[in-house]
Amino acid sequence: MSVLSPVASIGRATLSLLASLGRIAIFAVQVVGHIFRPPFYPREFLSALMQIGWFSLPVVGMTALFTGGALALQIYAGGARYGAEAAVPSITAIGMVRELGPVLGGLMVAARVTSSIAAEIGTMKVTEQIDALVTLSTNPLKYLAVPRVVAAVLVMPILVAVGDSIGIAGGWLVGVNQLGFNSAAYLQNTVNFLEFWDVASGLVKGAAFGFIIALMGVFHGMNSGRGAQGVGAATKSAVVAASVLILAANFLLTRVFFTS
Amino acid sequence: MIELSNVHKKFGSNRVLQGVDLVIPKATSMVIIGGSGTGKSVLLKSVLGLVRPDSGTITLDGQDVTTGDRDAFLARFGMLFQGGALFDSLKVWENVAFRLLRGERKLPKPQAREIAIEKLRRVGLKPETADQFPAELSGGMQKRVGLARAIAAEPEIIFFDEPTTGLDPIMSGVINDLIREIVTEMGATAMTITHDMTSVRAIADNVAMLHGGKIRWTGPVSELDATDDPYVQQFIHGRATGPIESVR
Repeated sequence: MSVLSPVASIGRATLSLLASLGRIAIFAVQVVGHIFRPPFYPREFLSALMQIGWFSLPVVGMTALFTGGALALQIYAGGARYGAEAAVPSITAIGMVRELGPVLGGLMVAARVTSSIAAEIGTMKVTEQIDALVTLSTNPLKYLAVPRVVAAVLVMPILVAVGDSIGIAGGWLVGVNQLGFNSAAYLQNTVNFLEFWDVASGLVKGAAFGFIIALMGVFHGMNSGRGAQGVGAATKSAVVAASVLILAANFLLTRVFFTS
Repeated sequence: MIELSNVHKKFGSNRVLQGVDLVIPKATSMVIIGGSGTGKSVLLKSVLGLVRPDSGTITLDGQDVTTGDRDAFLARFGMLFQGGALFDSLKVWENVAFRLLRGERKLPKPQAREIAIEKLRRVGLKPETADQFPAELSGGMQKRVGLARAIAAEPEIIFFDEPTTGLDPIMSGVINDLIREIVTEMGATAMTITHDMTSVRAIADNVAMLHGGKIRWTGPVSELDATDDPYVQQFIHGRATGPIESVR
């Protein structure tokens, strides 16, 4: 074994990563290019809206509820060290709408939706359904990718908004029932503290995460290997890629929005 | 007429097609035979543009299949896939009428449904099947739905990929008879790939054997048994010994 072998391995891995990123970027450009050109498939779009939006509400809601509650407890415990317990409503609210609502909502929807899209499209690929689409004069990108990506971009901000509200409600429940806050004062404090951009930045993040969630599912599904193992690997890669990209995109967007 | 000239295709180091020359005259039924993994499906998908050949030319009525209006080109084709390739999320009639419900020649829903039910009847399925989902059907029924979808838009050219694989002998016979009848009554050009010799004799006007990435033998089905080509003889009689290695 050559002494340069580890360097070569790192080089190969780097090149492979860059090639994957390049393929994803080209795929993303192709999908976006198809969004504005007919034919459009409204039925597939509505179906994607239901699958990605409506059916994700329970998981997003439960995640937000428990996160909001835990956040209130942590802020209270931490704030007590220097007499800042009163900051619980405001910090819980800002933490939910700026960060935890969009990020945890995005990760939960990625786990539920990216995996489902990748498995469904991967299975379509290995059972030749995507080839069948082509022979039926239907562009798979337009029929499979565009409706899901557009639906995810539109519906994720709504899911984030719902998650934010439920998360704040979770903090309020804990604050009022366990930490001794006055209900009206807690809510007033929350409303007074939040600014428009606190909420809007989270919704913009949600739209960006929606794009990542659907794109990763479709990309990995369409590039799935053969058989059950191939579909399984594609599903796993899709969820991992979506989760990492959501966290990376969150950092970049936070830097853009709040560093001046 | 479909004409393939010196078509090459490799995947990595695996040279699947190594100079395929083949002519399929209009309104005839060509059956491609050959062992598993010899590139029959790749050949068929190359004609449809689902696989891009590395070199060589494929023409349809003299025009290169890689140039021109792709939608217009594909509108001339129907294809029955090996596993049916039906769309799970759509009802049977929506699968059959898929092309009729979309694109430039889109029909109103009731009319498309009517045509779908008529095509289902043509392949021996009851109208009640129309509102079922593919997962609710047996393998033979799925194959027949796939056949109905392939003929729904009355294409000039129909491809059949292993039409009888996985079916019992009776259902295989039903599918073979249907294919022969439909191709004859529609006057369509057909290209079938199979290694089921019963299908070959039922469906084919002409036969071509693909081996080693090339067309090893081609001729009318009536001359198939009489050929002295040892590869063809080993294949059609299913012998384990001969020039074709049994371990590939």
